[in-house]
Amino acid sequence: MSKELIRLSNVSMAFDGEIVLDDMNLHINDREFLTLLGPSGCGKTTTLRIIGGFLQPTSGDVLFDGVRINDIPPYKRKVNTVFQRYALFPHLDVYENVAFGLRIAKLDEREIDGRVTEMLESVSLRGFENRKVASLSGGQQQRVAIARALVNRPKVLLLDEPLGALDLRLRKDMQVELKEIQQQMGITFIYITHDQEEALTMSDTVVVMNRGRIQQIGTPQDIYNEPQNAFVADFIGESNILDGVMKEDYVVEFFGRKFKCLDSGFAPNEPVDVVIRPEDIDIVKPADGHLTGTVTGITFKGVHYDIIVDFAGFKWLIQSTDYVAAGEKIGIRLTPDDIHVMKKSEYSGLFGDYSSYSEEYDEIADPDALIGGEEYTELGEADGHEA
Amino acid sequence: MKRNHLAAPYIVWMALFTVIPLGIVLYYAFTDSITGAFTLANLAGMSTYAGIFMKSVWLAIIACAICLVLGYPVAYFIATLDNKLTQRFLYMLVMLPMCISFLLRTLAWVALLDDTGIINDGLVKLGLGALPLARNNAAVVLGMVYNYLPYMILPLYTVILKIDRRLVEAAEDLGANGTQVFTKVIMPLSLPGIISGITMVFVPAISTFYISQKMGSSGTTLIGDVIESQFKAAYNPNLGAALSLVLMLMVFACIALMNKFSDGDDEEVITL
Repeated sequence: MSKELIRLSNVSMAFDGEIVLDDMNLHINDREFLTLLGPSGCGKTTTLRIIGGFLQPTSGDVLFDGVRINDIPPYKRKVNTVFQRYALFPHLDVYENVAFGLRIAKLDEREIDGRVTEMLESVSLRGFENRKVASLSGGQQQRVAIARALVNRPKVLLLDEPLGALDLRLRKDMQVELKEIQQQMGITFIYITHDQEEALTMSDTVVVMNRGRIQQIGTPQDIYNEPQNAFVADFIGESNILDGVMKEDYVVEFFGRKFKCLDSGFAPNEPVDVVIRPEDIDIVKPADGHLTGTVTGITFKGVHYDIIVDFAGFKWLIQSTDYVAAGEKIGIRLTPDDIHVMKKSEYSGLFGDYSSYSEEYDEIADPDALIGGEEYTELGEADGHEA
Repeated sequence: MKRNHLAAPYIVWMALFTVIPLGIVLYYAFTDSITGAFTLANLAGMSTYAGIFMKSVWLAIIACAICLVLGYPVAYFIATLDNKLTQRFLYMLVMLPMCISFLLRTLAWVALLDDTGIINDGLVKLGLGALPLARNNAAVVLGMVYNYLPYMILPLYTVILKIDRRLVEAAEDLGANGTQVFTKVIMPLSLPGIISGITMVFVPAISTFYISQKMGSSGTTLIGDVIESQFKAAYNPNLGAALSLVLMLMVFACIALMNKFSDGDDEEVITL
């Protein structure tokens, strides 16, 4: 594990009495690619601006290499920023934009030229030196912004939704490129996005935020597979979130059925949220299913179908490569691995119901849908507690 | 283009009241006042007024410089206010004097500065001697600055208002302190405003006659006064036209020189 570089300790921020960040604690390691992920207004940009020095927290400390830097102005911090929509200097050409920080640092002309040229090379912008920034495409401006920041060899690069203005193809390419740059140069990246896929693709660590609070910190795999509450489960990927009761360790009950699961440490009969990812669900014949429901809608998505299935009035999203017809009765099977149990939270009941999913909204729910034939869910092929 | 006809009224107006009068000025400038024959004598006589031309240019430059030094911080301050209400109020205050007659404002200054004016009256009553406040170059420059300062502040305000504040943050982020942010980002980006402000102050200042007549003396005669006298007192419209023509060319030259500073910029400054 590499050493800690930045720490936010009990950081709160309020604008005109409105709390934007609520007692935030976060540490960022050297050379880590950390992403702050959340919907707009969740406080992620505020967090970045506090680290950049553009805002001073209302309370709490910001530490850099163990030293408190709350009062250090931005121009004295060893941090550079790639701003949202780039904020390139319109009166300077590409070369001078990139050279800006080096000229401020009063490096000699030869060193400036060497570093700028090398940097433009590595972002594939050689030959654009004397172009006005306004004449560049979004992707090129983006590269200038990255070059302008990285040429100063910062310890930390802050990126505020840097790919937000690019089209999908370019985004994907730049994601890979940014990750490569980060690894090559060995710099800490603190990256802001509201795009969960981007966060999962690029990050070592993802910090999911909402309403000024950290919801979960973890690796992309942790965040996706072990969401801590309904908000995280819903925000990262698609999730069916059901009310359940934890009967005992490794056994959860929902829809009146008991299922074997991999979760433990809950009180007996504790109400919980149960997350089932749409792509984990197997569609089987009604007779073979743990639960049966009626297909109310199906949408072709390319790789798979999005299938909305009504289970006793609660609609699930199932993703499958198999076609089923609307109106058809199907059964589903769940293995313990497919079921993730979370403690109840302020977000319980707010997410994970697909009743309002797309145009199937007006569809009549089938009140006669039955819960499957067997009395007890088989616990077959479920010895993988630790899997 | 169909839309062209929308501009037709103004094109007619311009032809009647700009192009034709300009032709008349040219005609007068190159003809003899008595015979009406073509002559260069009017223009040849310009050298007599070289001193007055120089003085006009000089006072206008000083007025411009003072307006810029006074106006820039004000424009910057107002444009960067967060409170939009205060901003609008201050903007209105800057505009306010322009709503009052130029003549009245100038006369008010005379009333203040005259040898027997309000200020000197006060000084005398306090037992201090009267000061020669009016009837000198300084008074003329003061009149120019007072009257034309809003023309400096407004274009600066508009340009500074449009500067993206994130550029300031970007500069700070790249290590620029307050002074460097100003010299490397704000100043260059407000250059179009500086140039149009200077032009808008310089042009009326160099051709003014009223301010110099009321607040100056015989020693502060400016080129505007000479031109006026050619038409009204001396009745030599040919010489007056020639003087006007030279003044116009000088103004053009000054504007061209100033636009040099912003050359290469896509955004050309509309100066006249």
